Amino acid sequence: MAWTRDDMAKRAAQELKDGFYVNLGIGIPTLVANHIPDGVDVTLQSENGMLGMGPFPYPDEVDPDLINAGKQTITELRRSSYFNSAESFAMIRGGHIDISILGAMEISQGGDIANWMIPGKMVKGMGGAMDLVAGVKRCVAVMDHTNRAGKSKFLPECTLPLTGRNCIDMVITDLGVFSRGEGETRFRVTELAPGVEIDEVKAKTEADLVWG
Amino acid sequence: MSSKVFKTAAEALQGLTFDSMTVMSGGFGLCGIPENLIAALRDSGAQNITAISNNAGVDGFGLGLLLETRQIKKMISSYVGENKEFERQFLAGELDLEFNPQGTLAERIRAGGAGIPGFYTKTGVGTVIAEGKPTMEFDGEEYIMETGLKADVSLVKAWRGDTQGNLQFKKTARNFNPMMATAGKVTVVEVDELVEVGSFDPNYIHTPGIYVQRIIEAKCEKRIENMTTRDPGLGRGERGSA
Repeated sequence: MAWTRDDMAKRAAQELKDGFYVNLGIGIPTLVANHIPDGVDVTLQSENGMLGMGPFPYPDEVDPDLINAGKQTITELRRSSYFNSAESFAMIRGGHIDISILGAMEISQGGDIANWMIPGKMVKGMGGAMDLVAGVKRCVAVMDHTNRAGKSKFLPECTLPLTGRNCIDMVITDLGVFSRGEGETRFRVTELAPGVEIDEVKAKTEADLVWG
Repeated sequence: MSSKVFKTAAEALQGLTFDSMTVMSGGFGLCGIPENLIAALRDSGAQNITAISNNAGVDGFGLGLLLETRQIKKMISSYVGENKEFERQFLAGELDLEFNPQGTLAERIRAGGAGIPGFYTKTGVGTVIAEGKPTMEFDGEEYIMETGLKADVSLVKAWRGDTQGNLQFKKTARNFNPMMATAGKVTVVEVDELVEVGSFDPNYIHTPGIYVQRIIEAKCEKRIENMTTRDPGLGRGERGSA
């Protein structure tokens, strides 16, 4: 059985270590907050200007002046702090955030990521994604292994406009986990989702990986 | 004695608006946007505006108001995904758009207000953002040059302000507002609450009044883009409270 979105988020949450400052992207990465392992205390950064993001509010706690980067209403914690956008990205670009978990449309075997634009089709913008992949110490991408047509999203080179070059350290897909250590250029298959065979992953992957 | 305090948004923009002007407008999504000043800018009739704002509002609210009336010629933003009219005008070639990474946008505004004409960043290296920009190597790593941004008028939303223009922002409604306050030739602020000078502890002023030329008190709708709540049936404080 390949992993579900929630399984992928749960696996990504295993990358969080006690004391980490963490930025979670929109989509599957947001679900990671529901799976933070017991005994691991992390502080979530919201790029619109908050450290120590709390859970969603009860209906009577909603404050329009308190939202996350996905524009969802949230709450504060006792540890929370607020700051302006320049300071928020000083934190991000300056290497003070320990890990970023973000969604992806394509990843290349060299660790490039594309996740912000489909030319002629989708005009949304990169938001803070380019700053995150440029500055955060460790970047973990979470995505489906293939697109709806069954084509590999893990490629020799990205076909979509890049968000960043040579910046992804780990890729978690519905089929498994692919990682590379510091200084390693190629990704290694480090885990398979339960019931997934290596041959299936090979057949669905265009990127050149270290297999086992 | 001259006063920074104006009665209405329309009066506060009097004499400041003109065709082909550059305007900065604070906010992240619909949080911390100067709602009343945006509406007054629309009513001023200024055309061919270049708008610098992280987002473009939503259809019919925030900067979406000025897109509907075709008063905006160009947007400099990091993310415009919440506005269908924007997407339509852009794909039809009716609107210029310059995407900036969010941190680059914030830093360009900060630099503009701080008298720094350019700076180097690693954000966007190897992407379309780097095309045509000078690069420089520092410690073996490549960086691209970005320039500071300024505006003819900055429209800012703060929580509380005093009659000297000293400002405090509320929670995540702060976002781009403090930098934009520094980068406008003229900065106009709307606040939820206008207080007499001396009401604030000087230790807790976020933006000093030197950056603020005009200020109004105005009621904001504060529309919520993505209302998300948790089940009231769950016990309070059952999730982490530290």
